Amino acid sequence: MATFTLHVNGQQHQVDVAPDTPVLWVLRDHLNLVGTKFGCGIAQCGACTIHLDGTAVRSCTLPVSAASDRAITTIEGLSEDGDHPVQEAWLEADVPQCGYCQAGQIMSAAALLQRNANPTDAEIQEAMNGNICRCGTYLRIHAAIKAAANR
Amino acid sequence: MARIKTTLNRRSFLKASALAGGGMMLGFNWLAGCQPEASAMKALPDAWYDINAFLKIGDNGLVTIMSPNPEIGQNVKTSMPMIVAEELDVDWKDVVVEQAGLNTDKFSRQLAGGSQSIRHGWPGLRMAGATARRMLLEAAAKRLNVPVGELTTEAGIITHAASGQTLGYGEVASEAATIPIPEEVPLKDPGDFKIIGTTRNNVDGPDIVTGKPLFGIDIQRDGMLIAMIAHPPAFGMALQSVDATEAKAMPGIRDVFTINAAPEGFDRQWSDVNAFPELVVVLGDSTWEVMKAKRALKVEWSAASPLENSADHKTRFAELLQNGNAEVARQDGDPEAAFQQATQVIERTYSAPFLAHNTMEPMNFFADVKADRAELVGPIQTPEYLRTTVASVLGLSEEQVDIQMTRMGGGFGRRLYGNFGVEAALISKQANAPIKLIYTREDDMTQGTYRPAYQVTYRAALDENNNLIGFHVRGAGIHGSPVFANRFPAGAVDHYLAENLDLDSNISTGAWRAPRSNFIAGAEQAFLDEVAEAAGKDPIDFRLELFERSMTDPVGEEYDYDAKRYAGVLRLVREKSGWDTPQPDVHRGVSAYFCHNSYVAQVVDVVLEDNQPRVQKVWCAVDCGIVVNPGAARNQVEGGIVDGIGHAMYSALSFADGRPEQQNFDGYRLIRNRETPREIETFFVDNGIDPTGLGEPSLPPVSGALANALAKATGHRVYDQPFIESLQGIEVESTTG
Repeated sequence: MATFTLHVNGQQHQVDVAPDTPVLWVLRDHLNLVGTKFGCGIAQCGACTIHLDGTAVRSCTLPVSAASDRAITTIEGLSEDGDHPVQEAWLEADVPQCGYCQAGQIMSAAALLQRNANPTDAEIQEAMNGNICRCGTYLRIHAAIKAAANR
Repeated sequence: MARIKTTLNRRSFLKASALAGGGMMLGFNWLAGCQPEASAMKALPDAWYDINAFLKIGDNGLVTIMSPNPEIGQNVKTSMPMIVAEELDVDWKDVVVEQAGLNTDKFSRQLAGGSQSIRHGWPGLRMAGATARRMLLEAAAKRLNVPVGELTTEAGIITHAASGQTLGYGEVASEAATIPIPEEVPLKDPGDFKIIGTTRNNVDGPDIVTGKPLFGIDIQRDGMLIAMIAHPPAFGMALQSVDATEAKAMPGIRDVFTINAAPEGFDRQWSDVNAFPELVVVLGDSTWEVMKAKRALKVEWSAASPLENSADHKTRFAELLQNGNAEVARQDGDPEAAFQQATQVIERTYSAPFLAHNTMEPMNFFADVKADRAELVGPIQTPEYLRTTVASVLGLSEEQVDIQMTRMGGGFGRRLYGNFGVEAALISKQANAPIKLIYTREDDMTQGTYRPAYQVTYRAALDENNNLIGFHVRGAGIHGSPVFANRFPAGAVDHYLAENLDLDSNISTGAWRAPRSNFIAGAEQAFLDEVAEAAGKDPIDFRLELFERSMTDPVGEEYDYDAKRYAGVLRLVREKSGWDTPQPDVHRGVSAYFCHNSYVAQVVDVVLEDNQPRVQKVWCAVDCGIVVNPGAARNQVEGGIVDGIGHAMYSALSFADGRPEQQNFDGYRLIRNRETPREIETFFVDNGIDPTGLGEPSLPPVSGALANALAKATGHRVYDQPFIESLQGIEVESTTG
């Protein structure tokens, strides 16, 4: 165990955990931020996607020791009141079915639009291919991203 | 009936946030409520009045409607309250939805499965809303001293036209709660529906997109410990011994012990499928610590029954289909004679592997078990069955077991079988503490209760005029035959034979979205395509001729489908897809299937990109009666289509020495964003029939339409799922026209 300082959603936290603890589990078990989800633990499904200094990363394979002194944004911190353009587009398109993968989808989408404000269909598919939706809302995800890009 | 006044406990609010433009919107405790349209929400009332099990009305007109059934993403949490709200006649923006816990005194069939929630709930939900509306009217009539017949309602307001007086529901709610429940009330004419038949957004949408705790795996409680299990790595193995010395010494670990989720003499129900009831449990403070300790366990497993291989399954299936003694499920006429006399006989065999359910949220459950009470919270499709088993296993009465249902990160049938809830209860009892049990993806994917592996052989006999005179379907599964003997084309063929075979195995299987249909529909619809081709007929015409036969001169006493409605969806998809006007470079396949009381017909458009086949579009015609929430219904249809295409194309669970060869998403392939059809267009038949289900029906036929389209695109028929394996090495050349 060691103490790490994490900057999450603009706030500073001290956590006392093993250095190899994935940020996913620090968020969920130690910081009570459960919006970031566990789906596979091997960075294959995207449910655990967060932003690390603005880049989308899979937090299930990001050890806390590598994340100190970096800016972490989770779904809870993406906006003040759920009013990020991607979140609003998601609601307008009524995307979710079960909802479990959606935080990760939104984080990947937000990161995409941050670096590419007007992605092509192929660029969207490429950027989002790491996020599995078992319920099959991919078409709505795509439509929501296009709508968010046009806001 | 006594007045019941329920004042909302303000301490259950987590936070308050101000609405734009003033006013307060109070956040709810995550189990207590969710706002469908937050921006127009009324403030919370000072008092709530319970009108019936389904709804309570606040003194300011805000209405809480309970959603009785478990939510797996099929969105009954929105559509069931919509039905209540319609007959209650309130404005949807004044509705707050709460998930009901298990309460068999108040609710019936609190179960997610079989696409039956809306179909089964339809009359009761309408009645709940209508009786409440009647009670409000009677209370208003008393208050205004006018005959109740002179009052009307609209969107939560009662009006006495003659005098111009109005009363909001909230103003009379407390009196309404004392009115005796009317014996009989009129229901709205569907032509007057204002909510049903309109698209309403997912009531949990705002919470989902902001990462609120909604799922069982999210639960946090003071003093809660984390538990994980280790089960045998192979089917046929059982726990022999465990050396937990290293694991127990690791940081954060409280204990390591074993449990048996199927103890001697417990009351086994159909929902108690569990290949591995004896488990090692690691208990600790945090998930990562427990995960690491789990890896440090030294466990010995014994071989209790033969370890199986997929290669053996394949051999045994072939042998069984060839020589096995089948159970005859249906016979019309003299099939063998028909096949002897036939001008053409077509025979084809189709297969599909085991599939894991792979809900995105892995199995998990919270349990807090005390000497005389067990509190369980988590994702479960069958809470009533879970309560029975938990009571039995803990030695408690059912009244002592409380189950609250969380929103599920997917069900697909896996969470019909609540072994993980039983395990959580036993762990909590042993630990003498509240615990949250979490499965890793590997634990989950290798635990069993799979979609069965299937193989089916079809034979068709055509006479010299290309009439279908004989039809023979012989199906086998691990476990159980996939054949539905009385489904189409039974009833349309003079000489018909349906046979069932079962292959024994120690691999556990269970219901997986659209059980049996999820395989047999695609096989049947691909076969019919080849038969149509052999008969020189258009595949849609070929099917329509058979439906005509069923309608006008059916064979035999029984067949499980309405041929008119079946033909109806086929005609609709034919028209909408422009089937009779082929497009260059678009290779099309058609299918139609009836299951879970609904009729679906689909056309799949495949194009070639870099000489690889790719699904461009799916056209889908659906007859499910009245569509409660069209937007959400479309979402379900699309989801079923993506699910059906994805699994047929890419997914398989195989075995070597009893071990699943795929343990996570690196080995087990699921359809992703890039492979999804670019477009899906859905058309609903408008016939005013009472609603039937939609969670499953769009999945089964799509693999048939896909196989048929792939045949056109590549020149090759595919018979064995996953199709991607069959398509490898096939050289495809783009053709025009």
